[in-house]
Amino acid sequence: MTNVKIDKTIDARGSACPGPLMELIKTIKSVEVGTVIELLSSEKGTTVDAPAWIKKVGHEFIGIKDGDGYWSIIVKKIK
Amino acid sequence: MTKRIVIVGGGTGGTIVANLLARNLYRQLISGQVVINMITDKEDHIYQPGFLYVVFDKVRPDEIVRKQKDLIDPHVNLIVDPAVKIDRDNNIVITKSGREFSYDYLVVATGSRIVPENIPGLKEGAHQFYDLEGAKKLRDTLRGFDGGRIAVTIGVPHKCPVAPLELTFMLYDYFKQKGMLNKVELYYTYPINRLHALEPVSNWTVPQFESKGIKYETLFNMEEIDPAKKVVRTMEGSELNYDLLVAIPPHKGSQVVIDSGMGPEGWVQTDKRLLKNEKYNNVYVIGDTTDIPISKAGSTAHFQADVVAERLSSEILEGAASTEYDGKVVCFVETGFEEATYVWFNYNTPPNPAPPSRMLHWMKLGYNRLYWLSARGIL
Repeated sequence: MTNVKIDKTIDARGSACPGPLMELIKTIKSVEVGTVIELLSSEKGTTVDAPAWIKKVGHEFIGIKDGDGYWSIIVKKIK
Repeated sequence: MTKRIVIVGGGTGGTIVANLLARNLYRQLISGQVVINMITDKEDHIYQPGFLYVVFDKVRPDEIVRKQKDLIDPHVNLIVDPAVKIDRDNNIVITKSGREFSYDYLVVATGSRIVPENIPGLKEGAHQFYDLEGAKKLRDTLRGFDGGRIAVTIGVPHKCPVAPLELTFMLYDYFKQKGMLNKVELYYTYPINRLHALEPVSNWTVPQFESKGIKYETLFNMEEIDPAKKVVRTMEGSELNYDLLVAIPPHKGSQVVIDSGMGPEGWVQTDKRLLKNEKYNNVYVIGDTTDIPISKAGSTAHFQADVVAERLSSEILEGAASTEYDGKVVCFVETGFEEATYVWFNYNTPPNPAPPSRMLHWMKLGYNRLYWLSARGIL
């Protein structure tokens, strides 16, 4: 995962509303298939919610990295 | 030498910035040291939170519309001529009629617009209340609705994130008053895995919905609507039948932003505290137009307008500015026809909704009238 090239970063740290997952949904709708997105969230719940949504809609969940007080969720749009 | 400020957009954010600047820079405007040009595409200014009340016949449409020229300080030049190009490298805004406005400082407040066409079938198969015509059409349809399932669905991104929730609570009270709750099923959906983006609001909503018999489904993102079969299909693979669909369309930023290469979806890169556009130190961005991951709402635009007006005034008068935006948002949330709650939060403080009360509902109704003072930069 460390070698994955990030095409787009969404910095949703501190975003209460609409929140990190909504930011991811917004972005994934607007980018090209094949784009790798990194979602930064300071909300621990995103590490569960975002992968669950990614898998449900059929995109590729690449992984999660721990940051300093935040998490980085990486996803690839595949359809 | 004259400092020229151009504000593009005459919505909540642009109007408040213009009026606050006119007050802060009154002497400079009178002496000709400062010129403020507001460029907008509409003669009318609409109080958009009023759409919700139009749906339920609580407010007449003409109560939420004013002439922009009546709201703007007379020292601000109002140009009703849509901006078609913003040239940040040469500090010029070009309008549809071909006029060019040069600037030393630019405020981009072009807002957002609904794009129902981005979801197949949405325009034909669904009602919405995010513009005046849509609100009136939904009002008229509800008057004649004789029963069945009313589904509420939400496109992403969208502004005023509490409005769909408010609509659902108000639909409940509307049909309760009509004695029709036994004929109507309310079905609320939400794009993420809870009932609202704000977790405390969502936690409060669950027992409310369950006690009222309002059904709900989460992780629900519209992919297409089949108006003939009255079915919504989602990105997540589910289907929902409806008799009446109220679908909040996805939103997009303005065309001038897209055509000027400032953001492919119409959202402009913005520093979350300074509210400046990356690389362009003389360009401020406020309201729905920013790409800051924060609520697209009139309240956000209002508080950002306060900051930008302070910063611009200080830069012009003192040569530097220190005021920053802390992410403040305040939203009233109607929980029916009788009560409301409210939330406020910023980048560091999570929301903590107040218990719903009649007093907060009255405050909300009061603010619906007081808004015109906010727009004028008084409140």
